[in-house]
Amino acid sequence: MLAFLVRRFVGMVLVLIAVSFIVFLIFIVVPGGDPAQRIAGRTATQQNIENIRHDWGFDQPFYVQYKDMMQKAFTNKLVSYSNQTEVVSQIKQGLPATFSLAIGAGIIWLFFGIVVGVISAVTAGRWSDRLVTVLALIGISMPVFWLGLIVRYYLAEGGLTTFFPDGGYVPLTQDPAQWFSHLILPWAVLSVLFIGFYGRVLRSNILDSINEDYVRTARAKGLNPRTVLLKHVLRNSLIPIVTLFGLDFAAVIGGGAILTETVFDLHGVGQYAANAIGSFDLPPIMGVTLFGAFFIVFFSAVIDALYALLDPRIRPT
Amino acid sequence: MAEPATDFSLDTAAVLASEEHREAITGRSPWYLAWRRLRQNYIALAFLALFFFIVICCSLAPVYAHRVAHTGPNATHLTDKVTVSGKVEDVVSAGGTYTVQINGQAELRVRPAGPIGPTWWHAHGRFVLGADPLGRDVAVRLLYGGINSLMIGIGSALICVFAALLLALLAGFYGGWADWLITRFFDLIWAFPVILLAIALGTALSINGVHWGPIVIESGSLWIPTLVISYVLIPYVGRPLRGQILSLREKEFIEASVSQGARPWRIMIAELMPNIASSVLVFFTLIIANNILTEAALSFLGAGVQPPNPSWGTLIAEGQDRISTAPWLAIVPGLAIILTVLSLNIFGDGLRDALDPRAKVRMEH
Repeated sequence: MLAFLVRRFVGMVLVLIAVSFIVFLIFIVVPGGDPAQRIAGRTATQQNIENIRHDWGFDQPFYVQYKDMMQKAFTNKLVSYSNQTEVVSQIKQGLPATFSLAIGAGIIWLFFGIVVGVISAVTAGRWSDRLVTVLALIGISMPVFWLGLIVRYYLAEGGLTTFFPDGGYVPLTQDPAQWFSHLILPWAVLSVLFIGFYGRVLRSNILDSINEDYVRTARAKGLNPRTVLLKHVLRNSLIPIVTLFGLDFAAVIGGGAILTETVFDLHGVGQYAANAIGSFDLPPIMGVTLFGAFFIVFFSAVIDALYALLDPRIRPT
Repeated sequence: MAEPATDFSLDTAAVLASEEHREAITGRSPWYLAWRRLRQNYIALAFLALFFFIVICCSLAPVYAHRVAHTGPNATHLTDKVTVSGKVEDVVSAGGTYTVQINGQAELRVRPAGPIGPTWWHAHGRFVLGADPLGRDVAVRLLYGGINSLMIGIGSALICVFAALLLALLAGFYGGWADWLITRFFDLIWAFPVILLAIALGTALSINGVHWGPIVIESGSLWIPTLVISYVLIPYVGRPLRGQILSLREKEFIEASVSQGARPWRIMIAELMPNIASSVLVFFTLIIANNILTEAALSFLGAGVQPPNPSWGTLIAEGQDRISTAPWLAIVPGLAIILTVLSLNIFGDGLRDALDPRAKVRMEH
């Protein structure tokens, strides 16, 4: 287990270095305008621009620039090119909204995904299975931002009703009730795709494991069907779901909810990145990408460790 | 608990396998057997037909624009008028007031400013799905946008599957350091916050285009979103294919081929590829569906197809600000995306069941 942890940690660091380097290269290689010019503003003289280029180190070779940027990133000194705000503190400001969205939606999609999967597997072939399967397929085929727009218009902006608050984020510490009501629609919208997907994966896993020998044994020794389903079939069928959940959850925190955050104006990390991309601002994009990659790599290590706990046949490698 | 009766055609694997008698399948090629199974899956075939219908409709966009709607995808009609059911109306109304008679009393009503809504067929084919704020015909833009969305979806799926297949063949066949390198490459793409990187790349490239030596891509080119989207799902296809090739590599027929002195590329193309072709085909279908969604997301955030060039994603983005006065602008392209992606997903599922009832090829998001 210790060897596993060490190996995973080293791999994680290497991946993060590679990710940061690739993001950096994209912005150096791809012609996207001169950052010095942007910092200087429109009325700057040529001399001003030269000074800024020198002060910010844009005239250095790219590996020196890369080293500087990484140093700044890890000492909280990374600032945006377009408005000179600190990147790390901006990401920290976005964190509560992003975490609220991801955790709430995660609970919803995991719960309903399992319910949907179990219902359609247990009633396989009957109308409830068909209905659930069709709904799940429609959920998978829907663009999440489109659903967000439509839901926001009809349920919050007065298309049908103004029952729900119209976008924005209220901190939990400020007003828990408002926090909850502002997040209901984003949670629901973000969950739809995952519910459909998880339901379908779980359904086919359950149908596969129902035919396994150990299930026949459990039934033959006279356990009631509910116990067999919950303790034997479901437990094994949930293992792939754990993997999926870990990866999806990490991806949502690390910028995957960019569309939902933008549509509902939640001011989370994803929306911060989206705005930075719009103004072609390298430091925030670098910060958010590293932050996202960290979560993805970290969670995949956690999952591999969890795997071994859930299924003793698997050893972490 | 009763044995699950999987007679529903979205999950036909078990049924199809159990229905096949030994006499009926001896001496038949796997492709014939797959076709025989697919033929019975009416739902999958119906949705394939729907997909082709959508493709044909979109490819007829110039004909529709020219013959029916009498306008182009980017032609504006800000000051034009159109006859709807015999009444002349502004394409883009400046707003104003009009009077109605209620119980003999004249009452003043306010007509909101904004584009005309769907006329269905009451305007002789003009503005069937309404107009946008610049007076452009939504139906025409929807069809032209469909061409772009479908081309990007199919093109990027082709590139993605081809690259993944090539990498998987190299990794699985050679093993050793080639396998190590390619697997690490898959891990790296996997660890990226995919949408973020795609958006960053898409925005960066669409500002000035690409000028690397002989490679010149103009900034508005559809190649930019196509290429950006294509790399995103490479590991999702490449990893399972590599696994399949690794296990095929140990089979006797490969050993036989090696001992006959076949060169590596011959083994890869003539021996290994036919054995993973069915997985590749299924992945291809499902990846098109996924890439159409990704294109829509990128274009929605301004990092995909660049306006005024339409695509289903940009159409939704354009409709976003007008959703309270002209909701059809955002609703219609969304429905087009859902129908297209749904048809590909359902057909892809049916295809997977038909090609190999016991296969575990699944699309993971």
